[in-house]
Amino acid sequence: MENTVTITIASGKGGTGKTLVATSLALSLPEGVQFLDCDVEAPNSHIFLNPQWEMEVPTGLVVPRVDESVCTACGECNRVCEFKAIVVIVDKVLVFDELCHGCGACTYICPVDAITEIEKPIGVIRKGSARNGIHFLQGLLNIGEPMATPIIRRLKKEASPVAKITLRDAPPGTSCPVIESVEGSDYTILVTEPTPFGLNDLKLSVGVCRELNVPLGVIINRADVGDAGIHAYCREEGLPILMEIPLIREVAEGYANGVPLIDVLPQYRDRFQELFDKILKEVRHG
Amino acid sequence: MAEAKTSPRQLTIISGKGGTGKTTLTAAFAQLTENKVMADCDVDAADLHLILEPTIKKSVPFYGGRNPVVDLDACTKCGVCTEVCRFGAIHDGVVDLFACDHCALCAHACPEQVIKMEDAHSGDWFVSETRFGPMVHARLGIAEENSGKLVTMVRKEAMEVAKKGSRSWIIIDGPPGVGCPVTASLAGVDKVLVITEPTLSGIHDMERVLSLATHFNIPAQVCINKFDIHLANTRQIEAYCLEKGIELVGKIPFHRGVIEAMVNGKTVIETDVPEVAPAIHQIWERVMGE
Repeated sequence: MENTVTITIASGKGGTGKTLVATSLALSLPEGVQFLDCDVEAPNSHIFLNPQWEMEVPTGLVVPRVDESVCTACGECNRVCEFKAIVVIVDKVLVFDELCHGCGACTYICPVDAITEIEKPIGVIRKGSARNGIHFLQGLLNIGEPMATPIIRRLKKEASPVAKITLRDAPPGTSCPVIESVEGSDYTILVTEPTPFGLNDLKLSVGVCRELNVPLGVIINRADVGDAGIHAYCREEGLPILMEIPLIREVAEGYANGVPLIDVLPQYRDRFQELFDKILKEVRHG
Repeated sequence: MAEAKTSPRQLTIISGKGGTGKTTLTAAFAQLTENKVMADCDVDAADLHLILEPTIKKSVPFYGGRNPVVDLDACTKCGVCTEVCRFGAIHDGVVDLFACDHCALCAHACPEQVIKMEDAHSGDWFVSETRFGPMVHARLGIAEENSGKLVTMVRKEAMEVAKKGSRSWIIIDGPPGVGCPVTASLAGVDKVLVITEPTLSGIHDMERVLSLATHFNIPAQVCINKFDIHLANTRQIEAYCLEKGIELVGKIPFHRGVIEAMVNGKTVIETDVPEVAPAIHQIWERVMGE
């Protein structure tokens, strides 16, 4: 899109400051930012942006149900299921909902059309508005449900495609939920900390962004603790360091209470605006 | 120990929120516990090896799922695969592996039968020796899927190693969140230790992960890391645990020595971080003691 930009804030290691950065960036930009909390397993951005919830959309996964009066127990569904979610034992078909990916292969293959699909709820999408005109969207995975990715996929679908600026707060790690969160964004900010754990996981995240072909920059949080490994790595790899945030007691206290960084240190508003302008320039002109 | 003859017991350390100190605590437990096997189940951002410095004895490739491979010369571009795929992952015979769910529906539906499913090497798992005993760990390939399946592999192998060596404990470093790799790290373990921090985010995610433990009917205990950075929130956690009847097994103070230990590849017990090492020792006694 010409006039829209989507920036994802991610990190391999958890607890490095993704939400700290994402929420203050959203508050530093012009009104009307669309904010997606894609950490559907452990979402925290709402604690800082305190949205007024306006809507809740249940999100489900389609799973098969077998009509036993039609089923011939031929075993075709069992054969095609890659996830062992539908199993035929003697003349009975068993469905394991928690293993099902909702791909529809069993429904497609069933020769006697004995399979229909129902939507099983696995989480919700919540929408609301927060200060600075932020359109806030959050996905929340139900406790006990294993699959986060369908909720993130749905969250992205629920988002407005014409919003000028969209920020996505990603989950930690490097596997499917992270890929779903980063995929389709114009730029990714990787937040890290200058420790061996931070460095190890930053390298993995850089790998993800490169695989997905998404340009990236690095923010170093708690920049004055730990060692110099992150700087050396970024230099070697030619990765831009967009910002360094020192360990400041007031910021940590604010964080503990759900107070955004820029409310504690208002001078960071300008720094976040500059950072955004720089990213926008890179996204638009390469 | 007497239990060694029976099945080894399993402890999983989790947090919900990332970065609360899971791996630091697990590494300390690795040193304190005798006769155990370590399992790093945070397979997509594994860090325990940075402290335990394993020497890999055995490395096994992990095939998580299968990828569709299209014979483009034979493909007639009829569009059936595109039509049936629910993940928008295949167009004109070209597969977008990041969108692909590896369900094989395209292969089953292709009227020309030109799509084959091939095993995808999506990571590796390892059995290693460390200065604190054996460790089973893994590396999920960059941007790969099936982390839950890989966690299950790591745990299965850790159980083998534990049984073979008549070891009494398996200590599992869990991943953040509450989703698939976390449920795989929790299934069937004897107890869960939740490490949280006194921030509203930490509390929010601790509550979610405790609900998950309850969901699976696994007894959980809680400890608070960096408890002194926010005493009011620490009191809130204490009150929560009291109300829910969850045992609070200890509180660890903030100390810069924890990061120094990590930078030097040591456990906080090895470097004897003041106040932190004794606090963790106490937690360990309460968790493993009975």
